Amino acid sequence: MMFRVDRDVLAEAVAWTARSLPARPSVPVLAGMRLEVTESGQLKLSGFDYEVSAEVTLEPQTGEAGVTLVSGKLLAEITRALPAQPVDFVVEGARAIVTCGSARFTLPIMPVEDYPSLPAMPPAAGKVGSDVFASAVGQVAVAAGKDDTLPMLTGVRMEIEGDTVTLAATDRYRLAVRELKWQPEQADISAIAMIPGKTLADAAKAMGATGAEVEIALSSVGGTGEGMIGFSSAGRRTTTRLLDPEFPKYRSLLPTEFSARADLPVGSFVEAVKRVALVAERNTPVRLAFRDGEVVLEAGSGDEAQAVEVLPVDFEGDDINIAFNHQFLLEGLGAIDSDVARLQMTTSTKPAILTGGKPAEDGGAPDYRYLIMPIRLSN
Amino acid sequence: MSRKQQVPRPGSDLGDDDTGCSILHVDMDAFFASVELRERPELAGMPVIIGAPGARGVVLSATYEARRFGVHSAMPMTRARRLCPQAVIIPPSRGKYTEVSRRVMEIFHEITPEVEPIASDEAFLDVAGARKRLGRPAVIAAMIRERVAAEHGITCSVGVASTKFVAKLASQHCKPDGLLVVPAAKVVEFLHPLPVAALWGVGERTEQSLARLGIRTVGDLAETPVDTLRHELGHAVGAHLAALAWGRDERRVTPHAPDKSIGAEETFVTDVDDPIRIRRELLRLSERVAARLREGGHVGRTVIVKLRRADFTTLSRSRTLRDPTDVAQELYATACDLYAASGLENTALRLVGVRVESLSPADGAVRQLSLGERESGWREAERAMDRAARRFGRDVVLPASLMPPPFDEMDP
Repeated sequence: MMFRVDRDVLAEAVAWTARSLPARPSVPVLAGMRLEVTESGQLKLSGFDYEVSAEVTLEPQTGEAGVTLVSGKLLAEITRALPAQPVDFVVEGARAIVTCGSARFTLPIMPVEDYPSLPAMPPAAGKVGSDVFASAVGQVAVAAGKDDTLPMLTGVRMEIEGDTVTLAATDRYRLAVRELKWQPEQADISAIAMIPGKTLADAAKAMGATGAEVEIALSSVGGTGEGMIGFSSAGRRTTTRLLDPEFPKYRSLLPTEFSARADLPVGSFVEAVKRVALVAERNTPVRLAFRDGEVVLEAGSGDEAQAVEVLPVDFEGDDINIAFNHQFLLEGLGAIDSDVARLQMTTSTKPAILTGGKPAEDGGAPDYRYLIMPIRLSN
Repeated sequence: MSRKQQVPRPGSDLGDDDTGCSILHVDMDAFFASVELRERPELAGMPVIIGAPGARGVVLSATYEARRFGVHSAMPMTRARRLCPQAVIIPPSRGKYTEVSRRVMEIFHEITPEVEPIASDEAFLDVAGARKRLGRPAVIAAMIRERVAAEHGITCSVGVASTKFVAKLASQHCKPDGLLVVPAAKVVEFLHPLPVAALWGVGERTEQSLARLGIRTVGDLAETPVDTLRHELGHAVGAHLAALAWGRDERRVTPHAPDKSIGAEETFVTDVDDPIRIRRELLRLSERVAARLREGGHVGRTVIVKLRRADFTTLSRSRTLRDPTDVAQELYATACDLYAASGLENTALRLVGVRVESLSPADGAVRQLSLGERESGWREAERAMDRAARRFGRDVVLPASLMPPPFDEMDP
């Protein structure tokens, strides 16, 4: 087996495949990256950890059919460091030799016959623009839980109804919901999938860079059971096992009526929150006092360091004092793709909602909503 | 305890010069036992032991008459009974001691705000600021002893010295019902004949290490070069003991020394391997710990579960929560997780314990609300339980699984 590929193309493909390799493989062979030149002359790089699989297909300049397995981490480090010249990869006996310009590496080969076969791609369900998909996933995944003791909250829920996809995630303290349009294979498709948040975010981000369309494939279209989801775009495909679809009934938790709203200039408000948050210790709140035309931001209390800042804002409604975890607030503001964010509130203990500033023209719900639960100040 | 009580009384008369001796250590004499004797005057002068009489009970307190037989606190009840078969055993009645303790501490607070309670039956006082108002330290010490005896019918012993640890040693020496002043100029004379075990921080291990160096008395310790002690005992401990041996102790009386942790544990009458019963016990302990957190105005972030197997090997597992809590249901949920993850779910256990650390004041505590949370949840329910308990007594409201079974189910 042998092939020749341009260094940039190879380095990018190897790096992407290596992302899905397990950091601590349960069996040694899973630390390997599988490289195959098919009879038709295509080069396939793949990685798998029984949960997530990744495969890149590319056209080498030259190739000779065959398959091998080498340490994925090492191959990624080597290809990243190679000079910008064509790379030759040749298997000789029990070793693989990588040559590029004047550099030459010899790698031991791992037993490819022990490597598990990658799951087949499930049937295609529909397509969406990779840039739209990447930004939508990014907006939602930010609210997914990071605590592995509550696996149900580490996922992003994907609900498909016809040409609408709704993504939602919550860690109990905030909830992000994004709706987007896509092109389903079947106009009447209806499906629900719970996708591991981190895997989805990684996949969407990597595919967003290609600018092509992302094809989404679901193993149990129409059902709600366990299964698998696949994403493919521009020669890359990744599959991941789905989580238990259990999820809070979040739609009823999204308030629709408020007693106050503030339109916040995102840039200067984020700066102000970051400044006062310097004195807010872990999990302590930033307090916001909204009144006509301005908001007072405060953090710290008692004998501790304190900070205060006043910012003009467009405010309407009853004066309100409300406190938030500054990290949650900043992550929500960071997910708003507009210069003005609208914060809608009811009372200091009821959920508040952040949206992009301009309300939808048809008066409907905005595409993206970021619900944030306040911090109650005293018992 | 016993090891340290075997110190010889200093023979020499130290005098009563209390100049510069503003630290008082007040220690109730056989506290629980003395409180019980108030209601059982017929037992005065007899050996009395307070503690659960069952096979697994331990001695919580014993009168001096019982101590003469070698009985001391923390001793297994079975052993105490063998040592002193004629002793009267009284099961403890917790609430009573807490109440007396609280009222005795109130007397201290009338004298000075500089009170550092170190247990329910002992406290340090710094009376430097009370001199003008109430007189010399020795006078204040005598007054405390009189008031405690007159108002509560129990005796206490008071050590008066210039440092905390000497004051504590002094009170141990004049027990029971005594008062001892160690004048600042006589500290070394007082300390040096004592065995090293008398020093605060010298446990059995340290005592053995010192014995290997031929160091038996505090005087021996004082004459040993600091570097030798540091080398043998570690840097901090070595330096600390060298300072103590010369009577140097920089620790101040710190009022309201904050609780470092609050916990409760239960030793089963017979070992238990049924996870349902273990979890029920974890609930009971969580309720107790949470009630004490709320009573003290604390919230805590780290939950620790202690599990002791039948062979006494003990396992501790802890988890730090995202937010501090004083809610029993949150402690209980965490305790159950820790128990499930311990791998001891079907192992016979002798003891289980629940403890909360990383305490902070509840009034400064803020609480991140969570999605779909009810306006009033467990927190509010448990606060209502506290109010009911204050009005009608403890345990009037309990989680249903902790209610005692009806009479006919009690002995299946």
